[in-house]
Amino acid sequence: MTDLTASHVQSTDVVPARSRFPIHIVVFLAPALAIYTLFSIYPLVDTIRLSLYTGDETGARSFVGLQNFSTLLTDPNWSGQFWNAFTNNLIFFAIHMVVQNGIGLGLAMLLSLPRLTGGSVYRTLIFLPTMLSVVIIGFIWQLMLNPLWGIAPSLLKAVGLGSLFGPWLGQESTALLTVSLISVWQFVGIPMMLIYAALLNIPDDLLDAATVDGAGPFSVFWFVRLPLILPTLGVVSILTFVANFNAFDLIYAIKGALAGPNFSTDILGTFFYRTFFGFQLQVGSPTMGAAVATAMLVIILIGVLIYLFGVQRRLQRHTF
Amino acid sequence: MTIRPGRIAVHIALILYTILALGPIFLILINAFKTRRAIFADPLGLPNGQTWTTIGFDRVFANSDFGLYFFNSLTVTIVSLVLIVLIGAMAAWALTEYRFRGNTILSLYLAIGIMVPIRLGSVSILRMMVELNLVNTLTALILVYVAQGLPLAILILGEFIQQIPKDLRDAARCDGVSEYRIFFSIILPLISPAIATVAVFTMVPVWNDLWFPLILAPGDGKQTITLGVQQFIGQYVTDWNAVLASLTLAIAPVLALYLLFSRYLVRGLTAGAVK
Repeated sequence: MTDLTASHVQSTDVVPARSRFPIHIVVFLAPALAIYTLFSIYPLVDTIRLSLYTGDETGARSFVGLQNFSTLLTDPNWSGQFWNAFTNNLIFFAIHMVVQNGIGLGLAMLLSLPRLTGGSVYRTLIFLPTMLSVVIIGFIWQLMLNPLWGIAPSLLKAVGLGSLFGPWLGQESTALLTVSLISVWQFVGIPMMLIYAALLNIPDDLLDAATVDGAGPFSVFWFVRLPLILPTLGVVSILTFVANFNAFDLIYAIKGALAGPNFSTDILGTFFYRTFFGFQLQVGSPTMGAAVATAMLVIILIGVLIYLFGVQRRLQRHTF
Repeated sequence: MTIRPGRIAVHIALILYTILALGPIFLILINAFKTRRAIFADPLGLPNGQTWTTIGFDRVFANSDFGLYFFNSLTVTIVSLVLIVLIGAMAAWALTEYRFRGNTILSLYLAIGIMVPIRLGSVSILRMMVELNLVNTLTALILVYVAQGLPLAILILGEFIQQIPKDLRDAARCDGVSEYRIFFSIILPLISPAIATVAVFTMVPVWNDLWFPLILAPGDGKQTITLGVQQFIGQYVTDWNAVLASLTLAIAPVLALYLLFSRYLVRGLTAGAVK
């Protein structure tokens, strides 16, 4: 313990001892770092590693480099499915961006009107579906849209749109749109809440000043409030992106792992599940599954990087 | 106060959307208590003396271990939340309170988990759980959920800890109190309000998750309620009473808790967003 004197000398200084790493910091950090590293970071890294291998029936693995990825992107047995899932996922995301975040913005605008009676009641009730399990929501809408039960057609008839009804979840042309809208219906509460909180943070003086200067409600929204909540819209967009490109539960609950009809609702999450665990005649493959997961990781990282370095930087420069 | 026509239009729009948001859930709840004939003849009607029945619930309880699944979900959610809050608060405290080499890098390292979904590591997670003999155990789920919940919890708790006045801990340090006691006796009690916020972001996704129960604990009576309902409905898909009853059983506890605590949840969500 020769450094005892050293640390004693140092501790009389303004700066506390830094020759030894303080043990209590290690104690505070160790549990979190251990669990997080072991069950989050390590599996992600190991998945990327596994994607460079191929395995046979005996379980022996051999290194194949990027071959799994070229199979995924060019082999006719795989690439069709992959690009189909990717395209569907993009459509799934686009519908969320436009409809979910559009309605969320609209509701937040209405809820942030000054002196609105019952605002918190509306907020609580509209947010309610978001709290329920995606699986439950999937089954609820499956029943609602079931032609056997006939709730949806009779409600549509009541507003004079009866002829529009069809087996939306069963038709190849409408299944993806229907599933997307069910998800939109459930998660509208999240953009609504986040945007509402951002709108509340805008100082009243700014809005008053604009009004005094003769700006109408529309100009106040377009030129004052919208630019000020752009950072929040950025956050909402990236949250939507990550959630959508990671989605699985809803499609699995409504359409099963095959994401029918004829893979029209297949997104990357369900494709990943089928590749990993297998389905019908195809045997599951951990290494190909790892390759699909790595591809999804790359897609999500690209989205996050575009957000961090493209969108967020520009927005901050814009607002200040 | 005058009521302007614009305001009425706003309320009409909000009421219509609220009906759209709650209508489907309401229909499931009321039809769960009706006879099969009434479910189809009058789906929009409330159950009355003639149509009232609980046969669906009887069948759910007779044919599945709903109580057990509920208990599994409860165990996983509560243990995960306690661990996330405790371990997360310790890490958040260390990262915000002490200046040491590697602090920034560790914060960034922990932040990866906020954006990158742990689900994408499922292939390796399953392999690990097989090796550790943890497949079909609640422990496997808890470990994964804690790893998943920690990054955001550390971020939120860290911001909260920063707002605690410095005087408290400095006074304690002058009295020679150890760093551990400062954390456990002074800081931990003070951050209890932040637990509501952390709970929004951790409990709800854990309770509702389908993916990890499906992969890590799909059998042996270790199913969570979400997976249990999914498996049950897959089997009894044509039994409308049973399907509606199982959905109602899955919805009811969340609904009750949400309506009780919505004030805190909503506040937590909007506070978390302000940042």
